[in-house]
Parts: sequence; C-alpha cells; structure tokens
Amino acid sequence: MKILIKTGYVIDPSQNIDGVKDVLINGKKIQGIFPKGKSPSADKTIDVAGCIVIPGLVDMHTHLREPGYEYKETIKTGTMAAVKGGFTTVCCMPNTDPINDTISVTEFILKKADEEGSCAVFPIAAITKGENGEAMTELEALIKAGSIAFSDDGKPVMNSLIMRRALEYSKIFGVPVISHCEDLKLSEGGVMNEGINSTLLGLKGIPKAAEEVMVARDISLSELTGGKLHIAHVSTEGSVRLIREAKTRGVNVTAETCPHYFSLTDDSLKGYDTNFKVNPPLRTDKDVSAIKQGIKDGTIDVIATDHAPHHYDDKNREFDTAAFGISGLETAFALGLKLVEDRVVDLNTLVAKMTFAPSKIMGISKGTLKKDADADIAIIDTKKRFTVDAGKFLSKGKNSAFNGWKLNGVVLKTIAMGKVYEWE
Amino acid sequence: MLESKDLLGIKELSADDIYHVLETSDGFMDVLRRDIKKVPPLRGKTVVSLFYEPSTRTRTSFTLAAKRLSADIVNFSLSSSSIVKGESIQDTALTIQALGADFVIIRHASSGVPHSLSRLLNISVINAGDGANEHPTQALLDLFTIRAHKKKIEGLNVAIIGDIAHSRVAKSNIYALTKLGANVKVICPPTLMPVEIGQLGVEVHHSIEDGIKKADVVMTLRLQLERQSKGFLPSLKEYFNLYGLTSERLKLAKKDAIVMHPGPMNRGVEIASDVADGPQSVILEQVTNGIAVRMAVLYLLSGVKE
Repeated sequence: MKILIKTGYVIDPSQNIDGVKDVLINGKKIQGIFPKGKSPSADKTIDVAGCIVIPGLVDMHTHLREPGYEYKETIKTGTMAAVKGGFTTVCCMPNTDPINDTISVTEFILKKADEEGSCAVFPIAAITKGENGEAMTELEALIKAGSIAFSDDGKPVMNSLIMRRALEYSKIFGVPVISHCEDLKLSEGGVMNEGINSTLLGLKGIPKAAEEVMVARDISLSELTGGKLHIAHVSTEGSVRLIREAKTRGVNVTAETCPHYFSLTDDSLKGYDTNFKVNPPLRTDKDVSAIKQGIKDGTIDVIATDHAPHHYDDKNREFDTAAFGISGLETAFALGLKLVEDRVVDLNTLVAKMTFAPSKIMGISKGTLKKDADADIAIIDTKKRFTVDAGKFLSKGKNSAFNGWKLNGVVLKTIAMGKVYEWE
Repeated sequence: MLESKDLLGIKELSADDIYHVLETSDGFMDVLRRDIKKVPPLRGKTVVSLFYEPSTRTRTSFTLAAKRLSADIVNFSLSSSSIVKGESIQDTALTIQALGADFVIIRHASSGVPHSLSRLLNISVINAGDGANEHPTQALLDLFTIRAHKKKIEGLNVAIIGDIAHSRVAKSNIYALTKLGANVKVICPPTLMPVEIGQLGVEVHHSIEDGIKKADVVMTLRLQLERQSKGFLPSLKEYFNLYGLTSERLKLAKKDAIVMHPGPMNRGVEIASDVADGPQSVILEQVTNGIAVRMAVLYLLSGVKE
C-alpha cells in the first residue's frame, strides 16, 4: 500500500532536507520525497499541514528490561512507549536477566521484538561476560546474531586492561564500545550528586569526578587503541570539556546525553522524591549549561533517553534503596524541543541528534527518509501543548521526573516500517 | 503549637518555633523536678516508636517523655516486628496509623524517611534521626542546655568537633544555632567535612586549636569506629592526637566554656576522660534535659491546649 504524507514540514538532516514537502511510502519503504503536490498518486493520503515530518527517532540507549524484569517493562510495552514518543528504533542495553552476553539472549530479544514489538529493536551486547568486567564476550558471535554494539551499561568496566582489550578487539568489527563512565569506588554508596544539596539532604553524594576520571581514562584508551568509543549519559561539565578536547585532537570518541541532564538539577531532590534518583545523578546549573553548550557545539553528538522503567514498588521506598532511573521515551522529544525554544540548537540539529547521528554511530541504516530506507517516520505538532501524565504512559515504568510538566510537541503519528500508529 | 503536624528537622523550623519549644520545655523541666513527675495532657493519646536503628538513649528518652505526659507508648523494634519479614516501611507506617496511633517516632538509617512518612500519614511524625540528615530533638535539647548555662544563644561561639559529614546531630545543631544567631565553627579533618558546608553559614576549620579559640560551647561528636576501616582516617590514635578534646585544648576556649557530647562517647578517641568527667562537662545534663524537650515537642505537636 502506498501512503502519501502531504504538506508536512519535512526535516531530514541526513540529506539536508528542510521544507514543506510530500513523503510517499510504499509498503515498508520510503519511495521518495517530492515537492508539494508533485508526488505520484497513493492509496491513502494523510494531510499533516502544520506538523513536522521527520525520520522516526532513534534511541541508542534504552532499557527494555526483558528478559528477566518483565514486571518493569517488556519488549512489547517498551516499544509501544517508543512509538508513542516518536521513536521507531531502540537499541536495548544488555543488563537484563540473563544478561545479553550470549547469542541465545540476542536471538531471544530479536524474536520477541519481531513477534510483539512495535518498532525496530537492536540489541546491545555486554562487553564482558555477566557484565562482571573480567572476560570479553564473543563479539563475533553476538554480532552475527544481531547485536550491534557493546556495553556493560549500568556498570563500568573497572579493569582498565579489559577496557583496553575491548576497544582493541572491537576494531575487527568496527562496532562502538559504549562506556558507562563511573568509578565505582568514588561513587560507592552514593545516591545523588555530591554538593551542597547532598549536604543539605544528608544523602551520600556521587562526585562529578566519579564520572570524569573514567571519561578521561576511556579517552586515553581510545587514543591508545584507536577503538570506537561512545560515552553514555554525559552529566558533568568536566566530561563535556574532556570530550571536547579529545575530539579536537581527533580521538575516535562520540558522546550522548539525556533530556534530564539538560532539563533538571539536583535541586529537584529536595523533597526526597525518588523519581529524581538517576545514575549518573542530576547535577548543577553549571553542568546543565555546559551540557547545553556541548549539544550546541557538537561535543555531544546524540540525545538518548536512557529510558529506565521501574515498577512502583522499586521507587516507592527509602531514597537510599530506591532504584535509579527515569522512564524517558515518552517525554524525550518534547524536552529536546525546549532546547529549540530556548535557542540552544535549531530544530534540524535536534532532529539530527535524535535520528541520523545515533544511526551513524551504531552503524544502522535508520534515521533517514532517503529513498528505499525503511518507512520510519514521526509526525509531530511542535506547537501543540500537553501536560505530562506519567500515569498514562504506555511504558510500564511510570517513573517520570517530568510528571505535570507542560511541554510543546505532541507526536500525532508514528510510522514504523510502514505501520501507522496514531493517537488523539 | 507548631505549624506543622510533624517535626522533620530543624531546617523546617523558624527561630520563633525553636524558642517556642525551648520555652515550653522550661515548664516541663519544672515537672521533672517534682516528686510526682507525671502530667495529664496526652492522656488517651498513643505514641508508637519505630526504630530501624539501634538506640538506647533517644528511645528511652522519648518513652519517658511520653509516659510523663500520660500517653500510651508502644515500641516497634527491628527484631520483634514484621520489618524482618520484609514489610515495606510504608506498609509498616500505615499499619501503625491504622492501629490508632497519634504519633510515630521514627529513626532510620536512610535520610528522608520521616519526610516520606509525613506525606503518607495523617498522624504526627517525629524524626528521631534519619541517616546523615537530621536529629532535631537532639539539637533542641542541646540548645536548651546551652541556654540554661549561657542565658542566650545569639552571639555565642560554638565549636563543633568531629565527624560532621556523617553526623545528623551536627547538621541539626548547625541549622538551629545559625538560625538563632550563634557563630558556629565546625572542626574536623577534610575527609569528614561535608561538601560546601560553608554555605550553611559556618566557619570551617581543620585545626582544633584554631576553631576552639574563645568558644563558649565546645561540642564533640561520636566518631564511628568504622571510619578508620573505610579510609577516612589513618588511625584512631592519630584522630585523637589531632582532634581529641583534651584539657590542654579546652584551655583555648573561654574559661566558662561548657563541654557537650550527644553520646555515646568513645573515651580516648574524641574526648579525654578528664574532660568528659570534668567540671565544664554538661553531658549528663543534656540527657536529663532531653526528656523535657521531647515532652515539649510531643505536647506542641498534639495541639493540646493548657
């Protein structure tokens, strides 16, 4: 079936398209982008005047929780939340139970995604067996099975030698090694940013240095080995500075941040609300400014969600023992749009950082509206205002840090592999 | 009466609130001096203490305070309750409320637990110590003790020595003393100093000799012995050499300075025995005053009119 998406404002940074155009889909593929009114005929026409039409968003950092933590999220509910948020591709982190460190887990995820998923799912496999930081997983087998990158996310690879080996060995395949930068000794027992607010709340702090020493280490190791390093969830000013400096020297490093790191500070924790407990922790105004600057100047390549859904019971407990994480798929784009409203970046740059840039890093042919690409499209009314109601999330994780926020940017329709999902 | 139904911390109180508690405590001190130490204002009220950390003095002090106000008090303790069966703290608290309690006195190792219970429950929540956050009744009894000796708080030099980073007693005292206009000096090794503590309006010292000079009040804190094994200090001996309150060092303070300690003491670690037992020590008075202050807190939160 051919569907024509008519008179939307099309933005596709992968081919520098920016203007009112018509997009024609043929089955699961994009047939082409045409000047307004110049498209061949279609079986169905959707008029989206006043909306933006962009490649379906790509999240390179998602926790789908399945297998093992189906009470928090499943591949089914996580991908439903994804399409609701305008995402058509999610790359899921391996810290499930069992951990994605063997081909059977990769195969399971892909099979489940095929049967029950609403959008494309690309597994990220563990760097080390059991994410225990000691022995490398079988990269070749995992890639063959369908994993596309490697990370021990949730944990760092504390052993510098193992990290060196992973960055070296991964060069055979050209896949990224995604680093969760946290020195576990420096962060031990910490539950929030270390600073005046941790002093005021009497909570154990995680110093910025816990992140930065590992960013510095991994940059050195990438420089040593030439391995493809991607820094996950950048939260501090110092990390931005280190990455900027490394990029200037030509180190093979890319980086992502998440909406909460440019939208919130640790002031939010003052009522001990565990929905603001996340790792790395929310930092300070200075860090938020530096991260915005990093997004603006290109130091930070990607805006990812680090979607970390949790069950109510995991959050509704003592702050010290509550789970870390924010359910982020359904608010990410609207929070990104605030960067545009605040003139940090233009809309094209925002779209690039949520589509083309992550696809490029992950080596997948997503995040584009090029001819013959998968028909993955998000149609968003950027002027429409809504109030975040976490209770109505499609994700099982209602643990939003933005509940009650009024934001612009409603995803009206998401098309994933030609299948149309619509709301309202 | 206090504005809130709860006592969560000194942070949440105004200077007027603090004075109000102190003045009310005066009346209860008189009661405690009588032969029959019991008054009726909380007759028919039920107080439940819920302690997730071991405590002898605070719990006993609250128990006596409640009894002397004629309240019924029940102690939920770690070993005897469903806490060990894995019940969540929220469920335990709701159960206590359903049992008809009017007050719950909570101590917990995790900061912020009293605050979340305060939102959950309709009954009064009293913080008897949460993590490294606050221990408000300890600060109130410390202020009561200081005021008894110095007549006023404003303008006094108060030196607080010890493990400030892990001490809820220090935090509550810092909030209370600064709100009432005292000059607070915190003294400890940098490894035990809370980050950016200077923003709370205190002077930061790493030398006890500098910090203690001209002090009207010298407060030492208990050093948890595990701080050594966790690498905050090379040895307890070195801590005593650098920060132990000895009679030599006490001479640097004002002649009439009082010495305080929230207990329990580690003699020979943070305080020398001759100081702890010496003429300037008011450590046991603090304990006695604690009952009157806790009576005042219960009384004011109950909203009972005289």
